[in-house]
Amino acid sequence: MRDDKITKATTHISQNEGLIFEKSSPGKKAYRLAPLDVPEVDEQQLLGKAARQDLGNLPEVSEVEVIRHFTRMSTWNYAVDHGMYPLGSCTMKYNPRVNEFVARLDGLANAHPYQPEKASQGALRILKALSEQLIEITGMDAITLQPAAGAHGELTGILLMRACLESRGDARKKILIPDSAHGTNPATAAMVGYQVENLSSNQQGQVELSALEAQMNQDVAGLMLTNPNTLGVFDQQIGRIAEIVHAKGGLLYMDGANMNALVGKTRPGDFGVDVMHLNLHKTFSTPHGGGGPGSGPVACKKFMEPFLPVPVVIERADGTLGFEYNRPQAIGRVRMFYGNFGMLVRALAYIMANGPDGLRQTTEDAVLNANYIRKQLEGTYDLPYKTPSMHEVVFSDKLQQQYGVKTGDIAKRLIDYGFHPYTVSFPLVVHGALMIEPTESESKEELDSFIDAMKAIAEECEKEPATVLNAPHNTRLSRLDEVTAARKPVLRWKPQQAKTAAE
Amino acid sequence: MLRAVGARSIDELFAPIPEQFRLKRELNIPPQMSEAEIVEWFRARAAETGHGYAMFLGAGAYNHYRPVVIDALISRGEFFTAYTPYQPEIAQGTLQSIFEFQTMICELTGMEVANASMYDGSTASAEALMMAIRLTGRGSALVARSVHPEYREVIRTYARYQGLPVKEVGFGDNGRVDLAALKKALTPETACLLIQSPNFFGTIEDVAELAEIVHKNGSLLVVSIAEALSLGVVKPPVEADIVAMEAQSFGIPLGFGGPYAGVIGTKERFVRQIPGRLVGETRDKNGKRGFVLTLSTREQHIRREKATSNICTNQALIALMANIFMSIYGRQGIKELAKQNLAKAAYARQQFAKHGKILFEGAPRFNEFVVQTKEDPYVISHRLADKRIIAGFPLIKFYPELSNAAVWCCTELNTRAQIDLASGEVR
Repeated sequence: MRDDKITKATTHISQNEGLIFEKSSPGKKAYRLAPLDVPEVDEQQLLGKAARQDLGNLPEVSEVEVIRHFTRMSTWNYAVDHGMYPLGSCTMKYNPRVNEFVARLDGLANAHPYQPEKASQGALRILKALSEQLIEITGMDAITLQPAAGAHGELTGILLMRACLESRGDARKKILIPDSAHGTNPATAAMVGYQVENLSSNQQGQVELSALEAQMNQDVAGLMLTNPNTLGVFDQQIGRIAEIVHAKGGLLYMDGANMNALVGKTRPGDFGVDVMHLNLHKTFSTPHGGGGPGSGPVACKKFMEPFLPVPVVIERADGTLGFEYNRPQAIGRVRMFYGNFGMLVRALAYIMANGPDGLRQTTEDAVLNANYIRKQLEGTYDLPYKTPSMHEVVFSDKLQQQYGVKTGDIAKRLIDYGFHPYTVSFPLVVHGALMIEPTESESKEELDSFIDAMKAIAEECEKEPATVLNAPHNTRLSRLDEVTAARKPVLRWKPQQAKTAAE
Repeated sequence: MLRAVGARSIDELFAPIPEQFRLKRELNIPPQMSEAEIVEWFRARAAETGHGYAMFLGAGAYNHYRPVVIDALISRGEFFTAYTPYQPEIAQGTLQSIFEFQTMICELTGMEVANASMYDGSTASAEALMMAIRLTGRGSALVARSVHPEYREVIRTYARYQGLPVKEVGFGDNGRVDLAALKKALTPETACLLIQSPNFFGTIEDVAELAEIVHKNGSLLVVSIAEALSLGVVKPPVEADIVAMEAQSFGIPLGFGGPYAGVIGTKERFVRQIPGRLVGETRDKNGKRGFVLTLSTREQHIRREKATSNICTNQALIALMANIFMSIYGRQGIKELAKQNLAKAAYARQQFAKHGKILFEGAPRFNEFVVQTKEDPYVISHRLADKRIIAGFPLIKFYPELSNAAVWCCTELNTRAQIDLASGEVR
């Protein structure tokens, strides 16, 4: 195995660290409470048989142990802050630090959701400003910021469709979803009581219009479309698609997962979309947090506004802002309070830092970066769809499979080269997919370094496939046994494990 | 780079967007701002939002002290700029943290397994109810009216198109679930009863008794917990089949309502129906211990429309805050902290009883209590805001029969002086 082409990363000492429970011993503590200024109480007496006897195996550790424990663990993660994280469809862009700073300002971080409106005007102003700007960016008419994540936004959007159609007298039975869609789309439709009907893509990876025309009928509530889709392809027939759906009384839902390809260049509201969600953690730079929190606002056209979840922010006659709850046609609530406010603050800060020209250039750079990677890696990796790419490009492992190497193996080897892998084996319409989304955050130097790594791995596939098949080699842990993890699930630590875990 | 991709202009790359749909102007949003201007703008908004007030609001969001260690640690880019741990070899930090979180939630709630987290307590409760429906194969559910009203609204939204009738069960004079009404409402089609404890009035339910009644009917008991810190002194709902908890009390800022973190715990035998991510322990090729996302065949990316939920990510960073909080306070600290809450609320209840009527006496409570006043609670709330006190939550909005009553909360952060001042203003 030769590692001379690995330039971005070098192995270094990595601290070992057990589970927090394994560091615990009685009497250690990392806190000190203020002395109690009211009379002590006897909880056994106050609570009777509802009183708790003990707190089981919660740890007892010191403050420095807490700091070291989590610091050590953090060093085992790869993150955007380390470098390119080309996880397709996830838009792993840089997370500006000013966003973190403003979200932690006293007042914004410490406001209680139920404190009186007159003591919440600043927070309300943020909700209103973000709403207005997202409405302008999407070309829609109204918005709710309540959904907590992308999938939650989908749920809200499909609920809006259903409520809207019901108000017209027929909720209909089915939702059409292209075969390239993210798994959350069909799962969402099912949660709203719709049957899912699969819609095939054509040779260009776009919606097959004849199939859409054949399948779109009075039983179909609408189409859930990701545009650009998960192949990174903008559906050029979008105008026609919207017409076909609308002609049969259906509604067009857009999954905004790939909005990073569109902001400032085109607006879903202008190309016939009736309702859509945004992923603030993708397009609008709020951090992914190791898998949440996200935020999934849903924007819609005027005719769907009455169905938006309660409450909505309104301006009162005296110019102050408030929440309006009295909306008889609303779908109800999808979450308590007003959504992931902290993420909304961050997204607004991002929009303010960019302005109209910055947002447009962000989109342009994201698309340019993806096309640069495509151009440089085409030929080295198989490009199943030749249709122009927007913000991401999907290759397949067809050329490497002749050496017995698959997309998952290439991904693991990429880890040795110091990169986070691309999205593996998705979308499902491409066998052995490598889905690469660089985002606008990457410099040409970082892109070139990634391209060199991908080329070097392609060469390894040919000359020394075992190196790729057994990767990663330079990580703390080698490939993990996921099969046993699922067959005999161990989902929590138990005291007896402490003894057997010693190694 | 344009040359390298063979394009003459950047717009050539946007050719796939039909001409008529291209935006031919700049977006109509404010121009770029410098970092200094952005900070200034948000400082002004923060100044318009009351803070540093004495806080007597609970009602689903609790004002507890957040040790500074939490933000110091979660501000590490390795944690907050990573994503879902799809590649376990370079995500062990996130995975181990989630595994620890799952374990702590089990220890606290008395459940055998817990997931990696959900959006929040309200959606976790709705998902728990759906889970009970799948487990029993029955077609309707009961929800106590003493469950947080906004949780109930979310449950209604989720249940609406599943064809699931959700009926509500009232409360008695002590604030607990009305047992007679419950027994009447149970039918052979009842999948579960969902309760909250401590409930929206702060009353601790008799979980064991409710479990017995519900189980006799072949139904499941789902317990929602909005104030996680109560578990420091309150017996965990071990008799429940599913627990849906909001972890906000564990080091998560009030943040005007979010982001928070929900979590679902349950019995091992029900694990295949739990929604959301799960992290499990395993070994690598060299036999070293490590952690991976597991049991994903329940999930949307594999099962699509047949998945247990559409949920994709969880609230990993928020769960990490809770994990750090629980590590800092630990086995002794969580109990001591909870005891302080109990003591403050007990003292406050005595003080408020001098000026108003305490409702729902006769059942134990944690850090919230209901005070009925002669004066309209909104008037009180308004007046106190001018004295930099945030008063209790007026109940009339959700419980018309409890007009002139509000639910007040005292945590370790409410001083005796604050309590004396606030209670003195109530009439």
